Amino acid sequence: MKLAEVVKQCNLELTPTDTSLDREVTGGYCSDLLSDVMAHGRKGNIWITLQAHPNIIAVAVLKELSAIVLVNGRKPDGETINKARSEKVPLLMSELSAFDLIGQLYGLGLRGTL
Amino acid sequence: MIKCLKADLHIHSCLSPCADLMMSPKRIVEMAVGKGLDMIAISDHNSAENINAAMKVAHNTSLKVLAGMEIATVEEVHLVGIFPDHDAAMSMQELVYARLTPGENKEELFGEQIIVNESDEVEGYNHRLLIGATSLPIEEVVREIHNLKGVAIASHVDREVYSIIGQLGFIPEGLAIDALELSPAAKYAEAAARIPQLTDYPVVTCSDAHNLDEIGQRTTKFWMEDSTVDEIRNAFLKKEGRHIELAN
Repeated sequence: MKLAEVVKQCNLELTPTDTSLDREVTGGYCSDLLSDVMAHGRKGNIWITLQAHPNIIAVAVLKELSAIVLVNGRKPDGETINKARSEKVPLLMSELSAFDLIGQLYGLGLRGTL
Repeated sequence: MIKCLKADLHIHSCLSPCADLMMSPKRIVEMAVGKGLDMIAISDHNSAENINAAMKVAHNTSLKVLAGMEIATVEEVHLVGIFPDHDAAMSMQELVYARLTPGENKEELFGEQIIVNESDEVEGYNHRLLIGATSLPIEEVVREIHNLKGVAIASHVDREVYSIIGQLGFIPEGLAIDALELSPAAKYAEAAARIPQLTDYPVVTCSDAHNLDEIGQRTTKFWMEDSTVDEIRNAFLKKEGRHIELAN
């Protein structure tokens, strides 16, 4: 499924707003421990998390994730946004909790790929 | 003159909800003296309210008590700040309290948070949610510790949860952390094999004691001139012959 379609269906907010959404989402992963995502994230996964620290961008690049979604209305700081811009990582935000957002993603047909 | 000082810089008193009720300032100091330690830091979770009492107990002993605090950042990374004096720890505490998870401690769930004086008398209870985390980003906590002339040590980096490696995957570039702590059971070589960045920083071992018997179970030897935070920083930086050495 195209990331642009996921963003539209789940009403996700993008920052910076000009990041390309032309990516394929292969499945999803949810964790707030970055060490765990480094171990278990899979290429193309959309990553659902509360962690907004700038390190999330490096983890997304390392694991070739398709996007990061910050849940519960968490907003990234300037440093995280700058890194997302320079690494072209789609950084998304949702007002929903991880539980509710993942329910929606599951409804779209996305699955975990562990 | 440089001498060898045996230090345990991470000890929880009965103010920490998870610590044993026997961990009063007086008993901690007596145990530390009995175990031949030269320097300890009381490092309670998000609070420093038992430090003054411990300093008073240690006043006429060979033991130096430093003012510490184990602060939980917004990323849920635990950092031990060691401050040059009680006033600096109180300044940090003010910021931490302002940014701590709102709510009241539930003693039956998390444990009692007891403020005890130098004579082993209960002065009161802390009702804040000290088990929680602050809304302070790790960079801001380190910056504030440094503004107060303290040193910032990342707690138990070998553990999966509440450690900088577990929560953030790796130590962020440009974070001015002064040292990394290994948990008491960790072996340096095994930890270094798993965490490549370990060799980039000074590494200390501490007891992370939550009961009296654990005090001094792991220590660090500091080769330096005096039991001060300035000298700890100098030892981390290996200034003029100063250095640190992991000890049992």
